[in-house]
Amino acid sequence: MTILNGKAWKFGDDVDTDVIIPARHLSTSDPDELAKHCMEDADPQFFNKISKGDIMVARKNFGCGSSREHAPLAIKYAGISCVIADSFARIFYRNSINIGLPILESPEAAESISEGDLITVDLEKGLIKNETKGEKYYSAPFPEFMQEIISAGGLINYVKDRLSEKP
Amino acid sequence: MGMTAAEKIIAAHAGKETVKPGELVKAKVDLILGNDITAPVAIREFKKIGLNKVFDPERIVLVPDHFTPNKDIASAEQAKIMKEFAREQGITHYYEVGRMGIEHALLPELGLTLPGEIIIGADSHTCTYGALGALATGIGSTDMAAAMALGETWFKVPSTIKFVYQGELNPWVSGKDLILYTIGQIGVDGALYQSMEFTGPVIRALSMDSRLAMCNMAIEAGAKAGIIEPDEITYAYLEGRAQREYRGLFSDGDAIYAQEIEFNVSEIEPQVAFPHLPENTRGISEVGEVPLDQVVIGSCTNGRLEDLRIAAELLKGKKVHPHIRLIVIPGTQKIYQQAMKEGLLDIFIEAEAAVSTPTCGPCLGGHMGVLAKGERALATTNRNFVGRMGHPESEVYLCNPAVAAASAVTGKISAPEEVL
Repeated sequence: MTILNGKAWKFGDDVDTDVIIPARHLSTSDPDELAKHCMEDADPQFFNKISKGDIMVARKNFGCGSSREHAPLAIKYAGISCVIADSFARIFYRNSINIGLPILESPEAAESISEGDLITVDLEKGLIKNETKGEKYYSAPFPEFMQEIISAGGLINYVKDRLSEKP
Repeated sequence: MGMTAAEKIIAAHAGKETVKPGELVKAKVDLILGNDITAPVAIREFKKIGLNKVFDPERIVLVPDHFTPNKDIASAEQAKIMKEFAREQGITHYYEVGRMGIEHALLPELGLTLPGEIIIGADSHTCTYGALGALATGIGSTDMAAAMALGETWFKVPSTIKFVYQGELNPWVSGKDLILYTIGQIGVDGALYQSMEFTGPVIRALSMDSRLAMCNMAIEAGAKAGIIEPDEITYAYLEGRAQREYRGLFSDGDAIYAQEIEFNVSEIEPQVAFPHLPENTRGISEVGEVPLDQVVIGSCTNGRLEDLRIAAELLKGKKVHPHIRLIVIPGTQKIYQQAMKEGLLDIFIEAEAAVSTPTCGPCLGGHMGVLAKGERALATTNRNFVGRMGHPESEVYLCNPAVAAASAVTGKISAPEEVL
């Protein structure tokens, strides 16, 4: 059972991939290096302020823009355990599943959670608990096929498993 | 029950008679694209799979275009990873500096993107190829790695919004203005997870360069794909160019659309998108006084020959305003050469513009035109997010090549008529 715990960091609509990881840092693909610059154009101190396990909460269309996988990588390696939003841009959505960054769509949670709230997430159940406000929200479960990618530990492991099944 | 062109293309590649929006399918891909930023990550992930060979070295295209010609040592190292992988795998379509172009200008020009095909690329503007009637979409590096191994990927079949454009185009209004206007109407997530089908008499008469510019920005409305059904203009463009056999697919008369939206283009004037989202559009007459520091004409959206011809028409015999840096970037080597033959480069240089070798460079704040704090640029590119072209406190406004050229002369955002 995967339970995530952390403090919420709140963002608005249309957080784009250039804000998540500006292109000037894309001359490296080292996830730990990318992590240091995560969200720096929105908050230059973001990486230093967050603690391991913290949760990002945003409104609609999170991750819009570029296909750079560096964006979910930067978030994951910065120590963020999960992103909750009203909705996600589609390439960011795929990339997150593929690299194993948990993301949950829940407009209710995204609206109610305030910055600094303590949040607990049960990934399997899609249950989001706001410990600070004493509220519960549910996100829609992943389709079965995506669940398989997630349980395999990301797309690369999933492909490996598939190839080993072939005669 | 009928299907849309996008649904038919996915069904054909998934080995199914029919598919429905929302269905998850595994589909074969015809072409996989990567660049110097996304391919190195894909190559790292591909190597983790443990395969020695990609599924087909002729179906993978690698283009160093973002930070090339290499801007610094770190980006040179990234480009080198891609170059070495291309040699080791015998990748047919690797285009080195001097032979390359901005990927979404280059691939159609080479006849590598064809009607009825599925094309995926580790670059969000892969949706450009919908202009040729392909189902083309951006993916991430790990998806690219998996597709290089398997020759297929998974899709959630998108529902389709049909956009019908009627009426007569106003002077200086191009495909770029139609797509900016459309995004302004529906918002940056107005077509989230969906496919945008562009049709109607205006589209049927639109040049291929303008169609490519339109489909290029489908992603800016959140769409998986933008698509224009092939017609005589498509076939004429592909004549002597197509590198494979192809079969166009068309929406059925009884296809089901999520929505149908009609625009009367007679009401559309050249558009400008204000910072910091492409949906913040205004007609040129509503812009007001916006002084500029830099103008960029180029990118995968508007670095094609039609764009350079329009810019040259307005810049001919004029000088760029003393406060402005004008940077012109032809999309490919071929476009560059043709622009030279037609005397367009002379016009740019006489006007005191910088003309660069093809690169994505300034569009993503990489190099060749990065903005300082407080600077403001007008660009024919596709994104105006915070910090997109440089300092987080700089600004980018988006427009078509005519408005960009006119504004370079006046020093502020201006209608083309102002310099005629």
